[in-house]
Amino acid sequence: MTDLAIIGAGPAGLAAAIEAASLGLSVTVIDEQPAPGGQIFRNVERASSDPALAGEYGSDGAALVRRFRAAIQAGGIDYRASTTLWHLDTVGGVLSLRGESGTGSLVAQRVLLATGAQERPVPIPGWTLPNVLTAGAAQILLKQAGAVPRGRTVLAGQGPLLWLLADQLAKAGATPALLLETTPRGALRQALPAGLAGAGFWRGRAMLAKGATLMAASRRAGMRVISHVTGLRAEGEGRLQRITWDGGGSTEADTLLLHEGVIPSTHVSRALGLPHQWDETQLCWRPEVDAWGATPNPLLAVAGDGAGIGGWQAATATGALAALDAACRLGRLPEHARDSRAVPHRHLLRRMLALRPFLDRLYAPAPGVLAPADDDTIVCRCEEVTAGQVRAAAALGATGPNQAKAYLRTGMGPCQGRMCGTTVAAVIAQARGIPIAEAGALRPRAPFKPITVGELADLPAG
Amino acid sequence: MFAQRPDPRPATVEVFVGDAALRVPEGSTAAAAVMLAGLPAIRETPVNGSPRLPYCMMGICFDCLAEIDGVANRQACMVTVRPGMRIAPQHGARAARMSA
Ligand SMILES: Cc1cc2nc3c(=O)[nH]c(=O)nc-3n(C[C@H](O)[C@H](O)[C@H](O)COP(=O)(O)OP(=O)(O)OC[C@H]3O[C@@H](n4cnc5c(N)ncnc54)[C@H](O)[C@@H]3O)c2cc1C
Ligand code: FES
Repeated sequence: MTDLAIIGAGPAGLAAAIEAASLGLSVTVIDEQPAPGGQIFRNVERASSDPALAGEYGSDGAALVRRFRAAIQAGGIDYRASTTLWHLDTVGGVLSLRGESGTGSLVAQRVLLATGAQERPVPIPGWTLPNVLTAGAAQILLKQAGAVPRGRTVLAGQGPLLWLLADQLAKAGATPALLLETTPRGALRQALPAGLAGAGFWRGRAMLAKGATLMAASRRAGMRVISHVTGLRAEGEGRLQRITWDGGGSTEADTLLLHEGVIPSTHVSRALGLPHQWDETQLCWRPEVDAWGATPNPLLAVAGDGAGIGGWQAATATGALAALDAACRLGRLPEHARDSRAVPHRHLLRRMLALRPFLDRLYAPAPGVLAPADDDTIVCRCEEVTAGQVRAAAALGATGPNQAKAYLRTGMGPCQGRMCGTTVAAVIAQARGIPIAEAGALRPRAPFKPITVGELADLPAG
Repeated sequence: MFAQRPDPRPATVEVFVGDAALRVPEGSTAAAAVMLAGLPAIRETPVNGSPRLPYCMMGICFDCLAEIDGVANRQACMVTVRPGMRIAPQHGARAARMSA
């Protein structure tokens, strides 16, 4: 039995664990990665000295993970690396886990989902070709293996992570040849009011300055930038060879890295039946949580990017807030103490979210990213179902992704709809002239990750 | 295809991708080894037989399913390399399905 089980050892989970342990709670941290850090600080204990990853990763990331290791040393934290949560009984608080030595279970008084974000799918024609990856995938290869794409690399899409990656690849000696930026003409003008409101630009000035530096650096390193690109296509026989775009644009390429921002990973929170809302600004599903990350379920809270995209510093703040609330609910911290300890975290959170409204509007994905216009574009990579097939299912009466599943198997392949769920909902919504919120979110089922019959048989009975 | 940078990350763990031996840095995954080996595909899709390589590297897309140390349908991007690990592409095998 543990007081607080935290799923995810990214910034949110690490901050929550450190805070909760300091309040005397017994904490168990579960993460499928072999080391702490989450997506942003993946493998930081091994790679922090890589010059290509200098900056936030090498300094703040390494420091956060060191604090976590020190907290483990001080006692109160049971950290289980390479361990996946594949089922959760929310009535009894029983977590089903799979680690390197097999399956097992754990009972917790409170559970914090700090499972983070995933990149938004970018369903363009040819996106299933070998050597078309997400920008995040290339960054993971750099962090995990120190590896860089060889040959002619093209980045396509938009958002801060793309510029960060361009800079990291340049420092690693693999400057991308070209960035095809999809931000539409006029987006900056339309986003300006959101930045001016509430002094967002002023409070987010450090972040803006960092962004400008990154952009200048990758251009200086020799990356060409083409703006306002639409109609991207990846082409080739059995592998990526060419990229084309509207207006007759075309370029050869060995690797294409796509990115249209990140969205909360809601697979587990949806499978648990938690209520979710369609966020009209960030254009993604997010679980309903209160100011402490608490969900309507008495056992469960959600913190970090999994509850809405705010970046890593905001994630540490929401993680700490959820830990304070857990201590309060478990009777270890009076309400007034919870509230006063929350003040610095709320302050940090406000500062870190100041620029979000501007960024969300500036980098809002185009309608064609949410719902591809071209009928032949694959939306479900597992079952190779196209946008045209989803539109046909909508015409036959499928009212959302949960019905489309029965017609087309979208969401029934191994990824369980992690990749296609939102796209299928958007395509159906467009075809039926209804809001995406009405088409609804896929309701996945446990196990959250594939588990073999043998592993199931190993479980203790009862 | 991806290339190593031995200076910051020396390649110290020997694995086999298909039949070819390859050294990769500690902390790499089986999927990274496949990308570094330059394989044209890690699997073919069961529906159309089209070639695939890893897409997300973080456990979301399941395009990296491979046979690792004799066990099929493993998410190669979630498996950390170990000395002597054997990573083989899988052809046409239908991945384990989860939902009824
Ligand atoms: C690929 C990628 C790269 C990114 N790189 C950057 C970057 O360089 N800079 C930046 O500012 N932002 C980056 N981001 C944005 C980033 O998500 C956040 O800034 C930050 O990582 C959010 O922290 P978090 O703690 O909420 O979640 P995360 O850091 O995502 O941590 C979630 C953790 O939960 C674990 N997990 C999830 N499900 C389970 C399960 N069922 N069982 C066990 N463990 C589980 C995961 O392994 C992961 O370690 C990136 C996002 C992605 C998707
Ligand atoms: S590459 Fe996407 S799940 Fe492994």
